Amino acid sequence: MELPVIGNTASPAACASSGCGTPASTEDRLSDAIRAKVQDHPCFSEDAHHYFARMHVAVAPACNIQCNYCNRKYDCANESRPGVVSELLSPDQAIRKVLAVAARIPQMTVLGIAGPGDPLANPARTFETFRQLSARAPDLKLCLSTNGLKLPHYVDEIARHNIDHVTITINCLDPEIGARIYPWIFWNNRRIRGAKGARILIEQQQQGLEMLIARGILVKVNSVLIPGVNDQHLKEVSRAVKAKGAFLHNVMPLIAAAEHGTYYGLSGQASPTPAQLQELQDACAGDMAMMRHCRQCRADAVGLLGEDRGSEFTMDKLDALELSEIDYATARQRRQVVHDEIIAQLAQKRAARHASPALLPALLPAPAGDDHPTLPTASLRSVLIAVAARNGVVGEHFGHAREFLIYEASPDGVRFVGHRKTELYCSGPASCGDGEAAVEAEPQSVLETTIAALAGCEVVLCSKIGFEPWGQLEAAGIMPNSEHALEPIDAAVLAVYREMAASGRLALPAPSRKAA
Amino acid sequence: MALKITSACRNCWACIDVCPQQAIVEASPHFVIKAEQCNECLGVHDDPQCASICPIEAAIVDSLGAYLNPPGSLTGIPLARLIDFGLWHGAD
Repeated sequence: MELPVIGNTASPAACASSGCGTPASTEDRLSDAIRAKVQDHPCFSEDAHHYFARMHVAVAPACNIQCNYCNRKYDCANESRPGVVSELLSPDQAIRKVLAVAARIPQMTVLGIAGPGDPLANPARTFETFRQLSARAPDLKLCLSTNGLKLPHYVDEIARHNIDHVTITINCLDPEIGARIYPWIFWNNRRIRGAKGARILIEQQQQGLEMLIARGILVKVNSVLIPGVNDQHLKEVSRAVKAKGAFLHNVMPLIAAAEHGTYYGLSGQASPTPAQLQELQDACAGDMAMMRHCRQCRADAVGLLGEDRGSEFTMDKLDALELSEIDYATARQRRQVVHDEIIAQLAQKRAARHASPALLPALLPAPAGDDHPTLPTASLRSVLIAVAARNGVVGEHFGHAREFLIYEASPDGVRFVGHRKTELYCSGPASCGDGEAAVEAEPQSVLETTIAALAGCEVVLCSKIGFEPWGQLEAAGIMPNSEHALEPIDAAVLAVYREMAASGRLALPAPSRKAA
Repeated sequence: MALKITSACRNCWACIDVCPQQAIVEASPHFVIKAEQCNECLGVHDDPQCASICPIEAAIVDSLGAYLNPPGSLTGIPLARLIDFGLWHGAD
């Protein structure tokens, strides 16, 4: 079965040329059949992630491999990264939690199991959760995220539970590279180390991928970008998984810090810079659709991507949050209404994108005098613009933004290239209270951290901003702009780019950028 | 003759699912191997299953108290570094 892969062959109806304002919008290039499957899935659709919510239930603590970026000892509520959870749930507890959350977040469409171990290393708990949920909240899409080791074994079970979105983490195809990522796997009743174990894992992942595709299940591939280990190799991974029919490739940055107690963290392995990540994503994008809105969420995340509400729905609060069956039925109807409204809005936005005239001619308004001829757009450089976003618009106060969406504006239009978090993943033992970690984080103000995170951006769009951050941002070469508050992001970014072009700033080289 | 779980255990359930004797039970503060049911997998598997999947170093000991997975053996992090970073404080 061949899946149309976005970014590969644009359909004639789609944005085949750079004339469209948002040429990189992945949704525009999808076939209707695929779009119907992903349009309300925040982890598979960039458009959807602004509006639809998901939750993960942590029913799968056991794992069957070790990754060098993971430390199973940690459980810190302040951290946001895969493999970290605050409380494990039994399948019964998970059902109670899902129903309560879905009754209060009507935008919720997806229930995933992603750990904190591997769902398929916990088959009884994982599939029992799915079984009960299909019966009690049949409107929720089910998905799981796996390391792939047991995927061939459980692929029929996955298909039986109507799970039509699966994510496999594939970091390599070469067992020698694998040996530098996976110290061991548990396979056929043994712990198997080094390249031998990595080879088995890779074989199972690839076979599992093929089997899922053969059953018509959408597959996203996650890869962790580990500089010096698999960075160049990931281009080959991207080509290979696309050839087998994977739908989307999500290259994520390694998160490694000594205080996490991981092999990589303690051995000084570098995490990629935002620029390195974007470079690799761009290199892979020629061959494969890339996901860039991933937030590398926790295995117990709740809500919109990037806005975790897990702390509102802990087990100790659940008794007070539970509703009657009748209320759950009403909540399900409300979800349907909200869902349909959002889908209609998204369709309208898509239609508007197609209907808008080519933007390039309008990009550069003719200057007042004829003695300043319009610059050829080809000579304009691209600009990175950070956006404090909420629900798809420039809707967040600068000081309240926990993350910024990063857009690249160029003569080709506006494209989303990633996001930057404004807080450290974990600010260390002082705030964590975890005495096992002994590395003090550098003292740095939140504003300084934010400015460092925005390195490379020339403008930051927000709904409001205070006087002090304005001055410091400007001093750092990042122009704050709150003139586009509540405008749709694409339009606001394009307007700013057009202003920059008109003022002649884009014919000049980028100002020297503060290092990250 | 039986294996034993130490306080290093993080209750991840991996061992419970693979124990051929169903000798491991959920307990607080950490899971427990029922000594009367554990046969260390002798005659069933080449290696004790709990210790073969356990991701936590020093979490399982034999009847002499020796670690089946000593510090550093699963992550490859050198013992000296574990001590430097306060991640290894010695035996229970």
